[in-house]
Amino acid sequence: MASLVGSRVERKEDKRFLTGKGRYTADINLANQTYAIFVRSPHARASIKKINIDKALKSSGVVSILTGKEIADDKIGGLIAGWAIRSEDGTEMKCPGNPPLAKDNVNFVGDPVAVVIAESLAEAKEAAEKVEVDYKVLKAVTSTADAMNGDTIHEGIDKNLCFDWLLGDRQKVKEAFDKADKVISIDIINNRLIPNAMEPRACVADYNAASEEITLYTTSQNPHLSRLIMSAFGNVAPEHKLRVVAPDVGGGFGSKINVYNEDIVCSWAAKKINRAIKWVAERSESFLTDIHGRDHVTHAELAVTKDGKFLGFKNETIANLGAYARVFGTVTPTYLFGPCATGVYEIPAAYTNVKAVYTNTAPVDAYRGAGRPEATYTIERLVEKASMELGIDKTELRIKNFPTAFPFKQTLVHTVDSGDYVAGMEKAKQMADYKGFEARRKESEAKGKLRGIGVTSYFEACGIAPSAAVMSLGCGVGLWESAEVRFNPTGQVTVYTGSHSHGQSHQTTFAQIAADELGVPIENIDIVHGDTDKGTFGMGTYGSRSLAVGGIAIVNACKKIVEKGKRVTAKMLEANPEDVEFKDGEFIVSKSNKKKTIGEVAFACYLPGVRDEMKSPLPEGDEPGLKETSFYDPSNFSFPAGTHIAEVEIDPETGHVKLEKYTACDDFGRIINPMVVEGQVHGGLAQGIGQALYENAEYDETGQLMTGSYMDYTMPRADNFPEFNIGYTCTHATTNPLGVKGCGEAGAIAAPPTVMNAVIDALGGQEVTMPATAEKVWKACKNLKKSNAKAA
Amino acid sequence: MIKSSWVKILIKGEIMGKISLEVNGRKVEKEASDNTLLSTFLREHLQLTGTHIGCDTSQCGACVVHVDGNSLKSCTALAADVNGSKITTIEGLETNGKMHPMQEAFKKLHGLQCGFCTPGMVMSAVDLLQKNKKPSDTEIRDWLEGNICRCTGYQNIVAAVKEAATKM
Repeated sequence: MASLVGSRVERKEDKRFLTGKGRYTADINLANQTYAIFVRSPHARASIKKINIDKALKSSGVVSILTGKEIADDKIGGLIAGWAIRSEDGTEMKCPGNPPLAKDNVNFVGDPVAVVIAESLAEAKEAAEKVEVDYKVLKAVTSTADAMNGDTIHEGIDKNLCFDWLLGDRQKVKEAFDKADKVISIDIINNRLIPNAMEPRACVADYNAASEEITLYTTSQNPHLSRLIMSAFGNVAPEHKLRVVAPDVGGGFGSKINVYNEDIVCSWAAKKINRAIKWVAERSESFLTDIHGRDHVTHAELAVTKDGKFLGFKNETIANLGAYARVFGTVTPTYLFGPCATGVYEIPAAYTNVKAVYTNTAPVDAYRGAGRPEATYTIERLVEKASMELGIDKTELRIKNFPTAFPFKQTLVHTVDSGDYVAGMEKAKQMADYKGFEARRKESEAKGKLRGIGVTSYFEACGIAPSAAVMSLGCGVGLWESAEVRFNPTGQVTVYTGSHSHGQSHQTTFAQIAADELGVPIENIDIVHGDTDKGTFGMGTYGSRSLAVGGIAIVNACKKIVEKGKRVTAKMLEANPEDVEFKDGEFIVSKSNKKKTIGEVAFACYLPGVRDEMKSPLPEGDEPGLKETSFYDPSNFSFPAGTHIAEVEIDPETGHVKLEKYTACDDFGRIINPMVVEGQVHGGLAQGIGQALYENAEYDETGQLMTGSYMDYTMPRADNFPEFNIGYTCTHATTNPLGVKGCGEAGAIAAPPTVMNAVIDALGGQEVTMPATAEKVWKACKNLKKSNAKAA
Repeated sequence: MIKSSWVKILIKGEIMGKISLEVNGRKVEKEASDNTLLSTFLREHLQLTGTHIGCDTSQCGACVVHVDGNSLKSCTALAADVNGSKITTIEGLETNGKMHPMQEAFKKLHGLQCGFCTPGMVMSAVDLLQKNKKPSDTEIRDWLEGNICRCTGYQNIVAAVKEAATKM
């Protein structure tokens, strides 16, 4: 039987999506449902003096109006930070309360203060406009760089500082810098982004008074984790009385990891009114209240020798958490960021210091890449600058500082098990025709255009993550994953996974893995996810963990099935279990022609009868049935890596940047489905290029979001991209049985510095902040003209 | 210019009217308030939830359907505006249970991931090929500029449209 792993298998999920039969949360309508509209703060920072709902209650169709008072009275808990981070001085981080409905204070535009529940959506909207909230407006803090100097937003949190964290050794770094021939320094703004999954968040909550169960359909990347948080911290219902279903989910990119205010409020309120409640975000609500990403202000320095050896690195960053610390809010700028800050280089001494600050803006949390794009942007901009200042070719300088052997003990935390960074670089150069660039630059010049080339070599720590490691770093849960493999008596297989697919193609790729492990045709395998009533538990999908953690759980459960199958076959064929081999769906007694198919074995496991001549196929000690479970806890992170090269052409008359060529050469370890991986790379690149050239979330000084719709926030569109040229090198991960590393975030991590290095190269080294809009680039072109004129 | 009667209709939505359409080859007649958007009418009144709502500014294109053969963002029209029209939604693109060549091409070339933008993207692309049988890459990208996809980076969508062009 041909192996499916490694093949371009078309997706099992596609037909329903292509024929309009997907079932997203907003498509769900329950009998007798009501509709919720949230009354949200129009102010970035205010105290709530009074809420008057009298007029609204009289509005037609209103079923109930609930505020922060009722939610506090019912002791419903707030939203939480999932990771506890300690400051350099050993003190615990400082987190404000974050009630699902604000009671006393609002802290960003969009912070919900009340929910209006009515018979129809129109009636809910009309009534919501009649809710009168009397605010005392306070001065907002919105700037990342100045947050520590602003008014104190949350009582008791001085300087709006959540923590002041350090990773690394300041003294060693000082010594390294003292020895340096040259210090390259850079100031960076990593711009705030809005994830913008195309499906707006939504939830439908239902209460069954007979079973006292709440069912919440919601747009989540991790329904089990959501249930745990809503139960343990939200006090919504005990876990066994709370079912969370994340059906088809239209993209996440990190924005649907969090439990949100609306999930808790609708679940709680559905029980209160004993009716189903539906809420669907309008896009403007998504802009305001989905978690945002990035938003760092960084100063970094690299100490080098004159021949280009890196000696030391320091990174001082202020990270904006927004108004509250959410699930991955505090780990994103620390353990997902700091350990990757030194990139793919051997740097003997390094530290990263992060001050995480609160501001009156939407909470900032994990967005595709989470911390690793910020880390990679800093080091790769710095290395590119070093190459310019030292006059060493940008690829040579990188190669000079790559590790020469694996495992590679990276400066700060990680031990990278496998990789070949030089091979990746060489292949990328070849794919991009790096040698031919100068000729292309001249061609552009002849047309009056400026051409630049940019390079990035990255690695990332994903496959998140070994429980022992993450819990020691402050994570509130272990980050294993579970899988359950169930054989039906008639031979089809259902695999339950705790991972969640919202575009990642698990229904196909996980089925490929199970098909190979079990020798069962892929058509006979179903992957089930997204429902806490199905499957034991799961940590969900983020941090490129689904395959490297969830996929391995499936492999391990399948291996247990095969082990039992060997014992059963041995009993059925009167052989020793040690003599039974399993291959392509058949259990074969070695050195004989005796065999059983896995289907026959499954059937026998369910029909262990004894009658006349028929003996039980079950060995002593084995129970009937064929179902196995695995909870897989990885032994290490996984470490995809690669080199990307971009070329841009700038029209100095308009400042327009045209991305001419984009080459990505990645090492994701073993590839399960090349078609799916290609799609993940393309998508990540589009988001990364979006950050570099188009996207930016901007608040004004009063805390109003200036980019709150697709009219203002520049979403990348089809005509913004060239055809990407992608390729791979492949070193198998040594820390998991599939040899896989993960591929979902690489594009978003590598593309911003790659594109910006090209833009800045074209601009003769002038710094431009992301996004490199025509206005900024045009100004830089003018400066370039002036300085060229002076030089002449 | 907005007709003065529209203000009353759009803001108040109090006037109920009968909407008669032919949707995916089937005649439908439903009472709906006159401010009902076509997208809402399809989703809420006809339960055709394949047409998606991804924004509130007519930018994303997830709701594209065909009205009398031409693609239209169904959030930009009132159901009453298109009264009497023939509508095709993503649910109506198959013939006798066989997917349209555009749907086949999207599947073959991985032109979709989460599937949310897909119905609008496919309906839009089908209309492109009605109007331009052999579009270039640039023409495809320009045409699809009104359909936002956050997952695919568009490359495989462009490839799928080219593939479909060879099959239609």
